[in-house]
Formats: sequence, C-alpha cells, structure tokens
Amino acid sequence: MIKTVNKSTFQNDVVKAARPVLVDLWAEWCGPCRAMEPAIEAVAKEFEGRVDIVKLNVDENPEIAQGLGVMSIPTLMLFKDGQPVNRIVGLTSKDRLSGALNSALA
Amino acid sequence: MKTRNTIIIGSGPAGYTAAIYASRASLKPLLIEGEPSNVNDQPGGQLMYTTTVENFPGRPEVQGPELMGDMRDQAQKFGTEIITKRATKADLSRRPFKVWVGDDEYQTHTLIVATGAHALMLGLADEQRLLGRGVSTCATCDGFFFRGRDIAVVGGGDAAMEEADFLTRFAGSVTVIVRRDVLRASQIMQDRARANPKVKFLWNSEVKGLSGEEKLEHLTIHNHKTGETSQLDMAGLFIAIGHKPNSELFTGQLDLDELGYVTTSGVTTSVEGVFAAGDVQDRHYRQAITSAGTGCMAALEVQEYLANHLELLQEAPKAAAQA
Repeated sequence: MIKTVNKSTFQNDVVKAARPVLVDLWAEWCGPCRAMEPAIEAVAKEFEGRVDIVKLNVDENPEIAQGLGVMSIPTLMLFKDGQPVNRIVGLTSKDRLSGALNSALA
Repeated sequence: MKTRNTIIIGSGPAGYTAAIYASRASLKPLLIEGEPSNVNDQPGGQLMYTTTVENFPGRPEVQGPELMGDMRDQAQKFGTEIITKRATKADLSRRPFKVWVGDDEYQTHTLIVATGAHALMLGLADEQRLLGRGVSTCATCDGFFFRGRDIAVVGGGDAAMEEADFLTRFAGSVTVIVRRDVLRASQIMQDRARANPKVKFLWNSEVKGLSGEEKLEHLTIHNHKTGETSQLDMAGLFIAIGHKPNSELFTGQLDLDELGYVTTSGVTTSVEGVFAAGDVQDRHYRQAITSAGTGCMAALEVQEYLANHLELLQEAPKAAAQA
C-alpha cells in the first residue's frame, strides 16, 4: 500500500521508520510524475513488507522538499536508518527502480 | 511463434492514433509504448511534459498528460495490447519482421515506427551532476522550485518561448539565452514572450559552462559577437534546444536523413510493410495533430498492405480484409 506523508508525519514514517522507505516526491501539475505512477505501484507490490513506499506532495510540503534539496520532480529518495542513501531524479523504469531497491536491501 | 498483423512502437499521438485505427479494424495491434526514462521518451511522449494544449481541435484547453491518457484509453477500448517496456532491437531484413523487448521476441507482418523524438541536452561537463539541482528539462515540473529566483532558459524555438513565459509565474526574472540574433519560434510564441516584462533576451550567446557545489549557481556565457566570456548568477537553467528523432533502433535498416529522421514518402519507408508516423519522420511540422494524422495514415496503409498480401494473414481479421 502506498501511504501519503506530510510535514507532520515525515519524521515518524520516514526518518524513524524501521524499514527502508522510498519517498516519491510529486505534485498534481507534474505530467511526468503521473507517467511514473504505474512503476511506483509495481515496486510497491514487489517490495511489500520489505520497503515502505510513500508519496510526498511538494506543493503542500515545500519546506520538506527544500530541506532535502529537491529542485526537480519526479524525484525518488530512498531512506535507510533515517538517512537518504539514494536519489533518482526524473523518470526511471520499474526495472531500474527495483534494482536500486535491491542493492539498498543487500 | 505467433506472427502479429502489426506492431506499433511508440506512444505519442502518432502511436496511439495508429493503435486506435488498427484496433478498430480488428487487427489486434501490439503497442510497445516504452518505459519511463529521464530522456523525455516516456510513454505518452513529449506531451507528458507540457501543461495546457490549446491547438488540438475539439479540446480547446486540455492538459497534455490528460490528452495522452485519453488517447491511451481510446486505443485500449478497441483491443490494443499494450506493453509498457522499451523495444530494444528490431530485425527488418527478413519477413516476418522481428522486434525484441529485452529477451522477449515478437514477430509481425507489418510495423509502424512512431518512436518520436527526445530532448537534446547541452553536453556540458557538469550537466548531469546538476540535473535536478538547478538544471532542468521540464519547466512545468520544476518551475515551482524557483519562486522569486533569477533563472535562464536556453533555446530560441517555440518550446523555449513557452517555457520562458510559463516560468515567469514563479521566477523573479527569466533570461532567454539565444545562440543567434533571431528566434526560430513562431510569431505568436515570440510575441507572447517579448511582451512579458519578466522575460529578457541574451542574444548571440551560448552556455559554455555550469558551476555550483550542491546546486547550480553560475553559468559561463560566451558571446559570439563580442567574443566576451562572462559569468551569470543563475539558480536555474531550463534546457529547450530542440529534439533528436528516436531512430537508433533502425539505423542501417531504414533509410534515415542526415539528422536521423526516417525518410518517408507519405508514411511509407524504404522497407515495404514498415511505415513511420509522427516526429520520428517529421522534421518540419512536429505537432500533436500532424503526428495523429500520420499515425492514422500508417494504420490505413497497414490495412491496405495486409489486404494485398492476404497470404500473410493467419488468424486474419477477415471482416477487415474483405471490407
């Protein structure tokens, strides 16, 4: 299941999460972000129970995006033990995304 | 292995329109729509990067991604089979033609090439490092991050004008960096940008370097006319310098022109049974509606070709062949 996070839940659901978390930074007006959705849904299924997949709307939470140094969407950031360990800017394929998650889990 | 009536590669207006026509003619087309990538050749094509489209007949004000979603739904409604992966190899040297998606091989009697074009980058040393850190190829996606900042657009065509105009919604100022002293853009787009008080033009200039540690801070600009090189403080740089056709898959198999566009007469290519539609074969018009038009033409050509080569048809669309 893909959860939505915001500025009040980011600490608990991402930084303090027990599992690695993939954060999908997006916005309503971002066409490529929509093109990314099927791939995100597919990896959410594939990694269920191993990686939490969450969405963060940058329009509603600009301070978090700014704090993370994000200046382009879609951006996907992988957090492990509260730290960002991987950042994918722009559209990426489902296979490349799975690859990045697998190497982060290894 | 099953040989298909037709395979369509690409999913912009050309690919989806070809799929709508071919599926309505009961040809059960297979559409290989590509996969998300950061070089602007994602499913849905270049319109996925635009906002409002004002020149598609019947849709006076539609969002690019919405228009493409509707076309995809329309193609699926009539039975188009869609694979969301990239075609990786093609063999047009013998019949049936072969197309590969990774290790999966597909055979087809006819092929519609609608692979479109991708945005060109500047090819500068720090460009990839600063992509997403101030350097952007998508104004609609990233304009939001530059509220009140001074930013630049490089390019002199319609896309550059549209981006410059759009970016003034957010930016403090937008400097358009143009290589020559004239614009390639259409008059209406030029007029819009020139009338915008937040848009400035830097003529006869080329971006030669990008710098900044964590994010983009400066551009190095060379002026051809004065020969001077200068530094500009810029928080953002949006690249809109044109497109290159996605024809690599067919190099050496289809006739291409010197810029890489598939050479066509109508939509007919140098290989019988292979048709090309949309931006991959169009160096002149490059519009959503012309792409859709050539997509339609390609699907009609496929029907005619199959009807004239009835021996090719196996589980044939009999109704279509007799029509």
